[in-house]
Amino acid sequence: MARRIGNGNGNGNGSNGHSRPNPLKLAQTKMTAQMDALQGSQFWASVFRPGSIFRKGYTDSPRNRSYVIMNSVLYHLHPVKVKRHAVKVSYTLCLGGLSFFLFILLTVTGIFLMFFYRPTAAAAWSDIATLETSVTFGLMVRNMHRWAAHLMVISVFLHMARVFYHGAYKPPREFNWVIGVILLLLTLLLSFTGYLLPWDQLALWAVTVGTNMMGYTPVFGSQVRFVLLGSLEIGSDTLLRWYVLHVLMFPFVIVIFMAIHFWRVRKDGGLSGPL
Amino acid sequence: MAEVPEHLLERSRERRAALEGGGAAPPGDAGGSAGDDGDRIPGALLTGQVATAPAATAVATAPQSIAAAGPAGHTQRLLTVVKAGSIQDVKATPSDKVHVWPHLLVGELVASMAMTAFLLVFSAFVNAPLLALANFNQTPNPSKAPWYFLGLQELLTMFHPMVAGVTVPGVALVALGMAGYVDKNPSHKPEDRKFAIAMMTMFLMFWAVLVIIGSFFRGEGFNFILPWQQGVHEIFDL
Repeated sequence: MARRIGNGNGNGNGSNGHSRPNPLKLAQTKMTAQMDALQGSQFWASVFRPGSIFRKGYTDSPRNRSYVIMNSVLYHLHPVKVKRHAVKVSYTLCLGGLSFFLFILLTVTGIFLMFFYRPTAAAAWSDIATLETSVTFGLMVRNMHRWAAHLMVISVFLHMARVFYHGAYKPPREFNWVIGVILLLLTLLLSFTGYLLPWDQLALWAVTVGTNMMGYTPVFGSQVRFVLLGSLEIGSDTLLRWYVLHVLMFPFVIVIFMAIHFWRVRKDGGLSGPL
Repeated sequence: MAEVPEHLLERSRERRAALEGGGAAPPGDAGGSAGDDGDRIPGALLTGQVATAPAATAVATAPQSIAAAGPAGHTQRLLTVVKAGSIQDVKATPSDKVHVWPHLLVGELVASMAMTAFLLVFSAFVNAPLLALANFNQTPNPSKAPWYFLGLQELLTMFHPMVAGVTVPGVALVALGMAGYVDKNPSHKPEDRKFAIAMMTMFLMFWAVLVIIGSFFRGEGFNFILPWQQGVHEIFDL
């Protein structure tokens, strides 16, 4: 391919003919040639493993379809093949996948927010106010983070209901159901710890109600409350504590449980059968 | 049906003839005596009365009419005849499977794109709340929890905080987690699972009703109101 185009260029230069080649077409063939050369390079072949749709000479064959999954770090969460009914949107309603996708969206938008936020009682609220008014796309990203969090609670909840009504919690999936319940709890905790961070009236009083409730834990009530608040009263210590829980600890824990959850879906025989 | 060696069949016939001559046939042998075209294992073989062991004691206890060895001097005996297909499934059950790429990945891509688009549009029009700076001296009235905890806040008005805030959610979560171990019904069909479905639906409705009451029927001081009389007081915080 590259050689043929090289000949074409040579002819065009050498002929000095009256018919000048179309510059657009020339640029296009040049681009194609360069793309071809890039795809044929050692670098390209080393990045895209066999079966990748970006690799030179990709053809749609059962073998390559399998390679797409097996040879990709992201996709190999999936098996190469799944039961036909498991692909149906009407069966899963995409709820589990959407919960995971919302988690990814929340991570991305959350990292963006972290650049503009200091978790101290003196700075937190004004940082958010500044983010909304002075940072490009700041308000937009904060909105997305907030609404995605609510959507994630809803989608995890609906996913649980879907799984229950399909009887998919039954053996051999009973342990994965337990993992799922833990994931639901972690989702609620992530949402609630994020609630305090803007340090506005909404945050303060919601957390006051919540931590007071936790203070009634039998036997260890006051200790639990102290651990949650980082002091006897809600303040800067609480804010720092909930911030670390929100951006580091709970995401870390939930990722581990999600890994187990997804792994067990496959080990327990994929999605449960049709009703 | 597996071939039964000829000498064993012959031995069985001899044995049967001997028993019929003697009078009493063993009960297991009754059905297999007539009109049986080799589909049944001769009863004598199964009852284990055919002594073939080389040991002298075994031969001594066995009826004398039966030869201790086969025609070619065989000393083995038939333990059982297994029909083909009775323990192994010869035909593999066909499974209806599709490739993840493209059938599943395309769906996932579309779903994630749709969700992103929805979030972008929604976030462009609806702003996340940011109230006034936190103030310890000014309690908002009513002070409501985020919607997913409104059920708990509602319980808090009825029970002791330890019950509403710790016991009920704790028991609910543990009970939920144990569903797969408690429910012994193996069926996945809704018509066989009426009890489980009723329980779960009641569980979900319980929280839904509490959240709705907390959202629409609670006014100042978290007192019960009727929204069509007093109007909706700050539904819930998002």
